[in-house]
Formats: sequence, structure tokens, C-alpha cells
Amino acid sequence: MESCNCIEPQWPPDDLLMKYQYISDFFIALAYFSIPLELIYFVKKSAVFPYRWVLVQFGAFIVLCGATHLINLWTFTVHSRTVASVMTTAKVLTAAVSCITALMLVHIIPDLLSVKTRELFLKNKAAELDREMGLIRTQEETGRHVRMLTHEIRSTLDRHTILKTTLVELGRTLALEECALWMPTRTGLELQLSYTLRQQNPVGYTVPIHHPVINQVFSSNRAVKISPNCPVARLRPAGKYMPGEVVAVRVPLLHLSNFHINDWPELSTKRYALMVLMLPSDSARQWHVHELELVEVVADQVAVALSHAAILEESMRARDLLMDQNVALDLARREAETAIRARNDFLAVMNHEMRTPMHAIIALSSLLQETELTPEQRLMVETVLKSSNLLATLINDVLDLSRLEDGSLQLDLGTFNLYAVFREVLNLIKPIASVKKLHVSLNLAPDLPEYAVGDEKRLMQTILNIVGNAVKFSKEGSISITAFVAKLDTLRDSKAPEFLPVLSDNHFYLRVQVKDSGSGINPLDIPKLFTKFAQNQSTGTRNSGGSGLGLAICKRFVNLMEGHIWIESEGLGKGCTAILIVKLGMPERVNESKLPYMPKMPTNHGQTAFPGLKVLVMDENGVSRMVTKGLLLHLGCDVTMVGSSDECLRLVSHEHKVVFMDICVPCIDSYGITIRIHEKFTKRHERPLLVALTGNTDKVTKENCMRAGMDGLILKPVSLDKMRSVLTDLLEHRVFFEAI
Amino acid sequence: MELVQIQRRLVDYTKSLFMEGFLDAQFLQLQQLQDDSNPDFVFEVVSLFFEDSEKLLNELTIALDQPNVDFKKIDSHVHQLKGSSSSIGAQRVKNACIAFRNYCDVQNIEGCLTCLQQVKQECYLVKNKFETLFRLEQQIMASGGSVPTTELGF
Repeated sequence: MESCNCIEPQWPPDDLLMKYQYISDFFIALAYFSIPLELIYFVKKSAVFPYRWVLVQFGAFIVLCGATHLINLWTFTVHSRTVASVMTTAKVLTAAVSCITALMLVHIIPDLLSVKTRELFLKNKAAELDREMGLIRTQEETGRHVRMLTHEIRSTLDRHTILKTTLVELGRTLALEECALWMPTRTGLELQLSYTLRQQNPVGYTVPIHHPVINQVFSSNRAVKISPNCPVARLRPAGKYMPGEVVAVRVPLLHLSNFHINDWPELSTKRYALMVLMLPSDSARQWHVHELELVEVVADQVAVALSHAAILEESMRARDLLMDQNVALDLARREAETAIRARNDFLAVMNHEMRTPMHAIIALSSLLQETELTPEQRLMVETVLKSSNLLATLINDVLDLSRLEDGSLQLDLGTFNLYAVFREVLNLIKPIASVKKLHVSLNLAPDLPEYAVGDEKRLMQTILNIVGNAVKFSKEGSISITAFVAKLDTLRDSKAPEFLPVLSDNHFYLRVQVKDSGSGINPLDIPKLFTKFAQNQSTGTRNSGGSGLGLAICKRFVNLMEGHIWIESEGLGKGCTAILIVKLGMPERVNESKLPYMPKMPTNHGQTAFPGLKVLVMDENGVSRMVTKGLLLHLGCDVTMVGSSDECLRLVSHEHKVVFMDICVPCIDSYGITIRIHEKFTKRHERPLLVALTGNTDKVTKENCMRAGMDGLILKPVSLDKMRSVLTDLLEHRVFFEAI
Repeated sequence: MELVQIQRRLVDYTKSLFMEGFLDAQFLQLQQLQDDSNPDFVFEVVSLFFEDSEKLLNELTIALDQPNVDFKKIDSHVHQLKGSSSSIGAQRVKNACIAFRNYCDVQNIEGCLTCLQQVKQECYLVKNKFETLFRLEQQIMASGGSVPTTELGF
């Protein structure tokens, strides 16, 4: 028998233990073979597995272990040498692979562990990003809400809408439980609950404004968390739940007007309203920073929107007011225009109506004058004519009164006989005065010039009016009319501070005083006298008629004549004095006109000679120069002759008393010389008198001479007597303008 | 001739000059200015007039002969002449000058020429008259008499 080198089994193969070993080995082999299969199967299935090589190694290790165990099956019985060698190979291989695998695993297992760590790390990161994402999304949504809120707020200019929208949108965005707006009251001392979100009817209770919490909120422009116990935060009836967090923010009221509470007593510094926001109670929500920012932004926007609304309202109101005023003004203007037109029409018609009979009267009276009349009749007709002329003037003046107001009336200046004016007035008033048994006396001062330059008709009208008033308001007694030239001191004591008389050589002031012993005037009524249509209604004057226009017109005429008129009275029953001062011009001498063929005997009119009177004669024409020189020499003057304007200016000196200049257009520029002589001699008494000799008989020349500053004008040819009288007048009056 | 006769002749002659319009009242004025201190006043003035007027008339003739007549200059000359003649009382000369000026204003050359002729004529005439007058006066003076003052009572 051959013996095998293997170990003799101790027990027979049929032993139970052997059987069990046999089965276990079998199953182990099976498992060992199936594990790699599974591995391969699953690895193949999965896409990612980085350690294939390790898998192969592991697979090989397991397969070999399985093979070993399988081969072990045959070793339970007698087995051949081949089996033994196979078994040995298998075991050797298995051993090798196992060792390698073990070594490999040392490297691989830490790797596998770190994979796990990274996985954990990534998971954490993902969670974090998720969180942040959530935050950003919330913020973006908040921003969207703000934009939408702003849009809503700004899209309307109605205050209530703005506020309501604000509260609603805020409530929605922030999921608030309650949102309320407190407005300052009229007095500014309290805050009144004006708008709330949930409660439809604000209770309307007020809270004093000087609460520390409120002050704190007002002093900062951020949203401030306040205690729910603060009076402004007690918006909900106290309940069992825990109130949520409350935030308050100030809303600046940028423009104070009409905010359902009118007229603040003082428009001083900023006023704020208070917005209170309450988070839902019982929730664990807290106010986040971004929510607070949202609230602040909204508060600002609301403030701006409110101010816009307020301003708009204001401007609408102002515009409406203006339109109303415009309409009213338009109406008033049209009414005024209608009134003016009506007045003008009336005046025109009345004037026409009045003038027609006036013309008839005047015309027929003049015709009557032409016929055969007895002296008495003639006197009567003349009086009728004069009165009607006056009346005609008065009618003109009624129309003129409107022109007087505009100042477009102008006086008709002319030379007239002053004495004659007074005589006429006297004649006109005498009949009425004698009927009333009033004694009228006229007293003209001796120094009153006989002739004067002024508006004769209107002066007479004025004086007649005053005298007429005197007669009208006197029942008995006497009327005295005095007229004299007013001297400076009498002028000064007129009772008008704005009357500044200016004395000049060509004018004088005529002062007329009409004193009556009639019913007098209450001194308080005196200022009203000269106003149009205002009549004092004292009993004595009720029946005297009159339109009340007379004195007003007189005053205007007197003003035009640069004078002053006033009335003094000591009281009722004490009579009154009317005083008028007007400025009249001095007339030029009414000259003796040229008389041909009638040389007068040398009259003793004035001086016969002017010994040594230095005179300068300027004339281009040699012949006429000689004649003038002869004239003056004959009169005893010391004559210097010049033939041109330059010579004249050169030789003229203050010794020359008179300069005779022949002005012939366009030869010598005598006006220029006049001006230059005026410039040369600034003092009045040093300057020689400048007299123009001219053959021109038109008024333009005369006016030009006067305007240029000449002291006299004489027409050529000059006779000896004329020259004599001219020189006399010149030296006496320093002016002589021949009547043209 | 006897003094009285010459004197009478002078008076008549002077009167006739006035009647015919050669002289006017201005001349009388001139005579009045003549006195002892100024014995030849009238003579001097009249001589000056004739010198002046001759010059002026020459100028006028030349001016009107020009192809482009300068009416302004002519007007001023005529004005001078008028002034001079009215100063001594040469009435007809003065009137002729007035007419001349009117033509000058309307720039009527024909009219101006006619007037110029007329003025010259009048000047000539009045010059003669004056010469006669002065001769008579000289005669009177030479005979030892005094020139009678003209008294015109119209």
C-alpha cells in the first residue's frame, strides 16, 4: 500500500463531524464564490467606483480562498497526489494574494474614510446655502414689496388712499398683526390715532406727545423697537396672548396744510406722525434688520407722497381762488366800463341838449343887441348875453370836469384887463345882491396891474362862483371883495403847507378875498367843501340848489393856475371868507403900433436921453447898423458896433447895459449868442439886456427869442421915439417884448 | 437963387419924394438923428447905402448868370439889400426887394432876373433923387441957411 504524505485521518470519513465539516466547507466555498460575483455585478451596475483594481484583488483573494476550501473537500478522503499539489498551489496563491490585499487595504481604508468626511462636509455646505438662498429670496421679495408699495403710494395724490395703501401693503408684506398711524393734533400737543389696519373705525383717542418713548422715536430717523406697553402700542384690546414685538417709526410731515386739521397756530419746525407696527402675537417672530429698513424706507416715501399731495391740494386751491378772483375782477371791470360809457353818453347827450337852447339864447341875444334898443334894454340884453356866455362856458366845463380829472385841460392864456374882470363880476352880481339888499363893495389895490396874462374866462368864472356863493349864503349884511398883489409874507401864511409860491419876475400872485357876513360854515365841514357833489346839508342851505360842482371846479382851475383857494370861517352864523391866490403873468407892454407919415412930436415919455449908457449893437448890414448907431447916439448912448457874432462875444462886457442884435435868419446865430452870453454872465445884474431887432413879424420868431432867453424884441424899422420908449421900458422893467 | 426959394424947393422936392413913394417915414427918422454932433449923418448913411447896394447888385448879377443858380446866396443878398433900403427909408427899393425874394423862394430864374432889373432901376432912380436932394441942401448950407426940417402933416 502506498501511503500518502498527508496526515492520516484520525477518524473515519463517515463520522458525523466529518460530515459537518464537509458541508460547511462546501457552503463556505459557495459563499466565497458568490461574493465576488455579487461585487462584480453591483460594481458593473454602478457607474462610479474608483477602486477596480482593489476589487480585482479582493475578488482574486476570495476566489482563491474559496478554491482552497473547495479543494479541501477532496482532502477529507483519500486523495491523490495531484489533488494535494493543486491544494498546495491554491493555498500558496491564496496566501500571496491575501498578503497583498492586506497591504493594499492599509492604503485604501483611510481614503475611503475621508470620502465619508467630505460627504458630510458637502452636506453641511448645501444646507447652509439653502438657508442663505432662503434669506436672499426673502429680501428680494421685500424689495419688491417696497417697490410695489412705493408705486402704490405714489400713484395717487389722495392722502387717504396713500395712507390706507401704506398700511395695507405693509401689513401684507410684513405679515403684521396691526399697523396704525398717529397724527399730531391741531394744538400739536397730542397724537391722535388716525388710521389703523384692522380696526375699521379708529377709536380716535389721543396720546400726549411728550412721552419719552415718542420723543425717542421722533428724535431718530430709524425704526425703533418699542415696548408693547407703550400707550401708542396699545392698539389691541388686552388679551390673553402675548403681544408681538412692536416697532415705531416717525413720518415727517413736510408741508403743513389742510391735513384734515386746519390752520396750525405756529408753522415751526418739523412735525411728525407716528407709525406703529405690531408683529403677530404668539409668534416667535422677531423684527429683522431688513424689515426695519423696509419700514424706514416706506415711512420716508409716505412722507414725500403726503407732502406732494398736500402741495398739490394747496396749489389747486390757490388756482381756484385766483380763477374766482379773475372772474370777479372781470365782472367789476366790465361794470366799470359800462358805467363810464353810460356817464360819457349821458354827458354827451346832456351837453348837446343843454347847448342847443344855449346857442339859441346866445344867438338871439346877439341879434337883439344889433337892433334898436333903449339904453336900459341894451344893458339888460348885455347882461343876458354875458350870463349865457358864462353858462355856455359852464356847460363846457361840465364836460371838461372829466378832462380836468385827467389833467388834460389847458388854460387859454391871454392878456386881459384885470380890472375889467372884477367890474364884470360886480355888474353880474349887483342885481341879485340888490334884491337881497346886500351891499357889495370892491376894493382893488393900487399896485394891482391893469393887465395880466392868464385865462380870463376861467378866472372870471372862479371869482364869480365865489362871490356868488357869498351872495347865496348871506341873508343880510355886506359882501366885500378885495384884490391885491400878494407879497411873499402873505403868501406864506396861506393855510396849505404844500402851496409853495415861487416868485419870478414875469409873474405875480393875485390874491382875492371875498368876505361875507352870512350864515358861515362849521369849521369841520370846510374840508368837504371842495369835493365834488358833496354839499353840507345844514338847514339854511337846503333851498339854495346848486349841484355842488362849483367849488370843485374852482379848485381845479385854481390848481391849474398854480394857486390855492380856501375858505375860513369862524363858525355858523359868523360869516366866512373865501381866499383865492392865483399866479398870473405880467403882460408885455401894449405897444404903440407903427404909424406911417405921422412923426410924433418928441414926447416927454420917459427919459429923453440916456447919458453914457453903454450899448453894443450887432448887425451884419452896414447901413442898418449905422442907422441904429445914429439913433442911439442921438439918445446919448455910448455905442459900440460889431459886425459879427465873434466880435460881439469878444467885446461884450458887463459894462454894456444893452445889446441890440439884429437877427436875420439865417445870417447870424443870434440864439446861440444869446445862450453864450447867458453862460458868460451868470449873475443877473451883470448881464446886459439882450434885445433882438428884427423885421420878421411872425410869432415864431418872437417865441424863439423868448425861449432863447432874450429880454426883448423890437420890430424894425425903429423910430427915434420907439427907441426912446424901448430903452426906458427896458431899463425899468428889464423886459420889452413888442406886440406882434 | 434966393435962400427962401431954395428952401421951399427943397421942401417941395422932399414932399414929392414922399408922395411918389420913393421915401417913407424911416427917412424922416434919419433926418431927426442928424444934429450938431452929427451934421452929416444922413449923407453918410445914404452914401454907405449906395456903396453897399452897388456891391450887392453886382454880386446878384454874377450869381444869376451862373449855370447853377445858388438861390440861397441870392436870397441872402436880397435880404441884405432889403434891410439896408428899409433902414434908410428907400421904400420902392425895399418893395422891389420883397418881390425879388418871393421869386427867389419859388426859384423862378426869369422872375428873379426881372426883379433884379427892377431893383437896379429903383436904386438908380432913388440915387438920382438923393443926389438932387443933397445938392439942394448944399446950396442952402452954402448960402448960410439952415435946412428946414420936414414936417409932414397928413
